[in-house]
Amino acid sequence: MSKILNAYASIAGEDVINYMVQLSKPLAGKKVVHVNSTREGGGVAEILHKLVPLMTALGLDVTWEVISGREDFYKCTKGFHNALQGHRVSIGSALIEIYEDTNRENAERLRQLLADADFVFVHDPQPAALIRHISKRKGKWIWRCHIDCSRPHRPVWKYLRQYCSMYDASVFSLPDFAQKLPHPQYIIAPSIDPLSEKNIELPVEEVRAVTDGFGLDPELPLLVQVSRFDRFKDPLGVIEAFRQVRRHVPCQLVLAGGGASDDPEGEAVLEEVLMAASGEDDIHVLVLPPDSHRKINALQRAADIVIQKSTKEGFGLTVCEAMWKGKPVVGGDTGGIRIQVIDHYTGFKVRTPEGAALRIRYLLHHREKRIDMGKRAKRMVRENFLLTRHLREYLALMLSLMNGSGDRIDISSS
Amino acid sequence: MESRAFFIKDCALIALSSGIAVQTLREFREGLSMAPASSIYHHFWGRFLQPRFDEPEYNNDFAAWVYHGLHEKALAERLSVIDPTEFDDIEGLRAELIDRVEEHLDLTDWVPWSRADEQFHFIYSQILVMDTGTYLEEPSQLAEAVMNMSLGGIFYHFIDARRRTPEKVDDFSTWLVNFGDRYQELADKIQAIDPYFSSLKEIRRLLYKSFSTFFQEGHADVENP
Repeated sequence: MSKILNAYASIAGEDVINYMVQLSKPLAGKKVVHVNSTREGGGVAEILHKLVPLMTALGLDVTWEVISGREDFYKCTKGFHNALQGHRVSIGSALIEIYEDTNRENAERLRQLLADADFVFVHDPQPAALIRHISKRKGKWIWRCHIDCSRPHRPVWKYLRQYCSMYDASVFSLPDFAQKLPHPQYIIAPSIDPLSEKNIELPVEEVRAVTDGFGLDPELPLLVQVSRFDRFKDPLGVIEAFRQVRRHVPCQLVLAGGGASDDPEGEAVLEEVLMAASGEDDIHVLVLPPDSHRKINALQRAADIVIQKSTKEGFGLTVCEAMWKGKPVVGGDTGGIRIQVIDHYTGFKVRTPEGAALRIRYLLHHREKRIDMGKRAKRMVRENFLLTRHLREYLALMLSLMNGSGDRIDISSS
Repeated sequence: MESRAFFIKDCALIALSSGIAVQTLREFREGLSMAPASSIYHHFWGRFLQPRFDEPEYNNDFAAWVYHGLHEKALAERLSVIDPTEFDDIEGLRAELIDRVEEHLDLTDWVPWSRADEQFHFIYSQILVMDTGTYLEEPSQLAEAVMNMSLGGIFYHFIDARRRTPEKVDDFSTWLVNFGDRYQELADKIQAIDPYFSSLKEIRRLLYKSFSTFFQEGHADVENP
């Protein structure tokens, strides 16, 4: 077994790795291409950074390609993103033209690779139109949607659906996100990598050095939200909840985030957050570069409670990350947060800043509850949301598409 | 002996959307009639492999949604008590579900509805079956083997077996019957375990108890008659 597989066996268990080895045998040597729109920043890139080497270690021939575009392309795809999440966004024909041109140019650049691949995973709407330009496709094409598109803005979805319908299958993170499409729609939750810099165990001294470095008070309870500066993550709602808590319990808040290279709105939201937090010493707004994984890890480990008060959320990997570190989470009652945060067991789901404040005060007053919830949260992630489960489901999906979709995929030899 | 070996397997479910989502009780009734048989099966049995921390209030996904989404407690109770093991096939089970929903619709003056973000989504699943590399040659090995079995393994051998095998029974008792009358009593005991109002952990515990008690009570000599 390779070094990387051994490392995962030590965390997820040898049987889990053995099953993946079994699953990958019929797929050995198959050419798999993942395509997305950014190599750094955001959950998709993070998952691919780990999924690709692990698939390679299992004997598949895997490539990860990133499409490139100009500023207006990302402006358009950010509009798609917001529209799929339900915002009534109007995208002009000039931007649509840039979207189509950019996909055509990238398809040209990647033509041979994509045409020859046995499996092509296209992540999110940015590269979704590539399929239109690759008419001679050898393999199966899968559209992987990481976004909460449970109630998309119809005109935009209608436009994107013409491309999504061309795929052989699609993958959504939750059943609620699935759409009417003429092919199998798999439900596969994302995952975290327990061996990544963001999730590995850290020495207490390193955690302390990071919190000291950011000027945090070791004596004050610490609330942390780690997220891109995005309106759907509701950073202003978090500040409001924090102010309500602090009226009763002294504490401090960290809002830590960075931008993704495909998110042109981040700057504007950051400005709003900085303005809302100005003059308050106990609110720390940290703008971190994309490679600050250990710092984020340390902040999550230092937290007493982790917040993810999103109003829309594809899945919310930061919830999983916090739970893996044994932290209770106060999260928005939306999207993928619902399947991770179980009220009274792993944290609390909330819909308002007031709700968040109430639950945070409750948890700050009940240390034992925090510890119990944290233990259950970690167990839940180990059993359901590690990268190994995610990869197992991708491998099963590939086998299913290869062999036809019956209700049984039996790879046991006996 | 080789032909008598019991090969221990493990399984996982891969979920797929059926594309059917419903928001009102009337839509739910339509959904029940249109959903693939594998979806009806999934919403009764698939929950066994879902993460959970406590005993569920309701014993199938339909009943849980009728309560949490529609807030119709009476109907939720009537759906929850339906035991799928009492039906010969999924179509019989489907008909019973539809019957109870229609009865409720007849008795209510308005159609219950859920919030838009609490719709019921009919999903179905593919079962992925894998080798564990472990096999048993003698029934006396069952207790220890069951104790070490994953929950996926319990699901495969005890629950999935009922729709997979011609006899519609679990793999353990099928195997025991292959040895003739010697283990008939034990096989009967295993078949009497009711899987539905339980959890996989509880089923594992009951299986272990049955196997260990049987072999500790002096039945070990049946190994070498």
